[in-house]
Amino acid sequence: MAVASPDLHPPIVELIGIRKRFGPVVANDGVDLAVLRGEIHCLLGENGAGKSTLMKILYGLYPPDGGEIRVRGQKVHIRSPRDAMALGIGMVHQHFMLVDRLTVAENLIAGQEPVRNGLLDLRRARQAIREMADRYGLRVDPDARVQDLSVGEQQRVEILKALMRNVDILILDEPTAVLTPQEVDELFRVMLQLKADGKTLIFITHKLRETMAFSDRVTVLRNGRHVGTWRTADTSPEQLAEMMVGRQVTLRVARPHRLPGDVLLELDRVSAIDDRGQPRLRDVTLSVRSGEILGIAGVEGNGQLELEEVIAGLRPISSGRIRINGQEPRQPGPRGRRALGLAHIPSDRLRRGLAAPLPVTRNGILGRHWQPPFARRGVLREPAIRSHVGQLLAEFQIRGRLDAPASTLSGGNQQKLVVARELAHGPRVILACQPTRGVDVGAIEHIHSRLLEMRAAGAAILLISADLDELLALSDRLVVMYEGTIVAEGPADRFTRKELGLWMAGQRPDRAGSLAQAAPDRHPAPPKEGAAHA
Amino acid sequence: MLEGTGTSRAWLRELAVALVAIALALLAGALLLALAGYSVRDAYWSLFQGAFGNIYSLADTFLNAIPLMFTGLAVAFAFRGGLFNIGTEGQLYVAALATAITALAVPSWPPVLAIAAALAAGAAAGAAWGFVPGLLKARTGAHEVITTIMLNYVAILLTTHLVKTRFKAPGPVDQTALIPAAARLPELVPTTRLTWAIVIAVVLIALVDWILRRSAWGLDVELIGQNPSAAAYAGVPVTSRTACIMAASGAIAGLAGSTIVLGVLHRFITNFSPGYGFTGIAVALVARTRPWGVVPAALLFGALQAGGLSMQLFARIPADLLTAVQGLVILFVAAPGLVAIVRRRRRARTPAAHEAHEANETCVAHETRDAHEARDAHETREAHETRNAHEAHETVRKRGANR
Ligand SMILES: Nc1ncnc2c1ncn2[C@@H]1O[C@H](COP(=O)(O)OP(=O)(O)O)[C@@H](O)[C@H]1O
Ligand SMILES: [Mg+2]
Repeated sequence: MAVASPDLHPPIVELIGIRKRFGPVVANDGVDLAVLRGEIHCLLGENGAGKSTLMKILYGLYPPDGGEIRVRGQKVHIRSPRDAMALGIGMVHQHFMLVDRLTVAENLIAGQEPVRNGLLDLRRARQAIREMADRYGLRVDPDARVQDLSVGEQQRVEILKALMRNVDILILDEPTAVLTPQEVDELFRVMLQLKADGKTLIFITHKLRETMAFSDRVTVLRNGRHVGTWRTADTSPEQLAEMMVGRQVTLRVARPHRLPGDVLLELDRVSAIDDRGQPRLRDVTLSVRSGEILGIAGVEGNGQLELEEVIAGLRPISSGRIRINGQEPRQPGPRGRRALGLAHIPSDRLRRGLAAPLPVTRNGILGRHWQPPFARRGVLREPAIRSHVGQLLAEFQIRGRLDAPASTLSGGNQQKLVVARELAHGPRVILACQPTRGVDVGAIEHIHSRLLEMRAAGAAILLISADLDELLALSDRLVVMYEGTIVAEGPADRFTRKELGLWMAGQRPDRAGSLAQAAPDRHPAPPKEGAAHA
Repeated sequence: MLEGTGTSRAWLRELAVALVAIALALLAGALLLALAGYSVRDAYWSLFQGAFGNIYSLADTFLNAIPLMFTGLAVAFAFRGGLFNIGTEGQLYVAALATAITALAVPSWPPVLAIAAALAAGAAAGAAWGFVPGLLKARTGAHEVITTIMLNYVAILLTTHLVKTRFKAPGPVDQTALIPAAARLPELVPTTRLTWAIVIAVVLIALVDWILRRSAWGLDVELIGQNPSAAAYAGVPVTSRTACIMAASGAIAGLAGSTIVLGVLHRFITNFSPGYGFTGIAVALVARTRPWGVVPAALLFGALQAGGLSMQLFARIPADLLTAVQGLVILFVAAPGLVAIVRRRRRARTPAAHEAHEANETCVAHETRDAHEARDAHETREAHETRNAHEAHETVRKRGANR
């Protein structure tokens, strides 16, 4: 992206030596930040680096313990969001703060100064929403209730809320974390519109691709400290990753070519219904070979969760057959699958993968806790458990105490514990679902390289992920799911990101670039030669 | 934390909190007594005398505490498996009657065998009374609070009916005949009614504690209690375990009734329990669901009961006021445990108050917190994040379904 020499613009916001601590935690340790007028400034850092804290200070939610804030060259004291808004600073939080039961328009006037005529306000709000919608492409129905909106739409309402207060500096805290790829693209379009309109945007993320794609400048925070600020065009993802983590990181994993072996996981026309009796999987047929990673792409909610559950034995299938390591499980449920050599990294570690209040030792043996060497005749064998889990912690560099509840680990360490536990017993088939969701770059690298090691060792890996980068980096083959069926299948290098996005949206990429709608009620047969009609 | 992962320092702190809570409760009770025009000094002196004054009152305290150890342990154990057993009162009644009937049926057996058979019959009856709600919960999702409460009524009425129609001893009182001497629990301290029941209770507490901490089955229980989805993921047969947990809890509660019959009353008398089952819930809360915590908690309530009687007799405090004072103690001492449980559940399920706080943009910015709270905030935020992810998921799903 061409940067219109932002250095010519004066800084609109300057944070100088900002300090903030929460008890023993130093969230911001003398952070400097200069944001130029009219730029998109990316604030990059791992979870817990202090990004949100810094921006909440700028927005008047936390008082800083030290440091200085200048806005448009003037030293200011921002004691509340009201002060911030008076200075033209708005913020869209990581977690939305809308009232679910009110309509969009009502939400927009709620929290503003009370005015005499409420009805007039509402009409003005509707009017304003339409204007904004036209100007920035922020399409929302003013009379829809917030609870009926998608996450992406709710985010637009949050942005509208800020724009209605005439802000010209807009802070967006991890806005892409909850969006689908399509919604992310839409958000980026809106942000570029806002920039074209002369607004300054501060955009928090921990994703490198987003940073590289459309920020003008980038500031990296690590452990509450300011690492540096660069013009985005002058850096590379590798450099930024290193700055974030504090050591060298390999982003592009080496995936040596390997000839796949026997089929170890096989689904034959498998169908399943969800808890409400709705069909969620329809005639899914797929197979994964030894030494192969098969990636499942798709917008979340298109059957991936049900696919995970039927393979793991947590949901009954209504028809079809599943074979693991050449056999149909004789015992229903997860035990039978584990006995056949299945490892399962669940998509939701806190809901399923861990019993967070229990100690790390117990979580490290979950699923095998009744078996030798961890138990003999029903009695837990503490020494064997401790040495095993201790080894897992060491091998995966998990920071945490054996006897502490798993809830005390950071998200990344919790995930590493789950992965470590599942990979520990030489599995033949690995069901890896969102294996790096919500974990930081260092842990992602670690988990990816472990999965590739297992691939090299001859495991068959089914990778379900909402992260296209992850799918493209790891998979040998890809399958796209849409409304419970497989709509596309092929070698991973035959798909482009754009094509994947279209397949995921239920559309069919065409040679000429025009879009042919896939028939939603029939099951489009998987194209024989993969998706790429190159 | 609730599940006993704490160090000895944490233990000491909790003990201090409990003692302060008792002091506060007694203070509030004093206020109440004074307001009602009674002498606080006389009242509390007779309370103390009645609970600890001499070997007999001490024995009385223990006598009251023993059934509470069983019922408290029963409730605490079910709690650890994520289940509310409100049915201990009913379980205690069916067990008591089963024990009495068995003891009466084997008059010629040697003591050890007769006692064992009578206890086993009681435990089995209690287990059956717990198993039914457990099974209903596991199979149909019927909430165990409702079903156990209903079974309490069934148990009390059923035992009364059976005694009246089948097992009544001659006389005006609805009770069975006295059980043979061979089936009675021997006294532990001569001339008191303190029997071997307390040994049974303590051994049972040690056993449950060991099971929860050291056995694979106990880990299943903890898993179901902390995160049933994770338990299912780990391959724990959640349905059958749930029924088993309730059955075990029912058996433990049943032994409260059995030991009263074998050790104290020596017969079954209708409506004999002054609410041991219900007080057991308070005992489990005060014990923070820890098996060993049940011992001091049961003794506290036992002392209040024993001392309360003498307060009534000697300080002439009306029974209502007495109940109010006891209620205050329950409130003050059990409240921290209850709050901890409720907070934990809230944290696991709903967005944090902390975030809502931020939503209120006019609020004054947060003050620095101590380390403990910082960690709490962190946890709640994570819970919130997963919730958002879930919501995102749901909305995408809804949209998919609308097409
Ligand atoms: N309100 C708070 N109370 C206590 N600790 C906090 C609070 N907010 C943030 N922290 C801590 O400060 C550090 C930085 O957090 P945050 O600014 O949210 O990081 P980021 O947004 O970069 O992920 C973390 O260790 C976090 O636990
Ligand atoms: Mg943040």
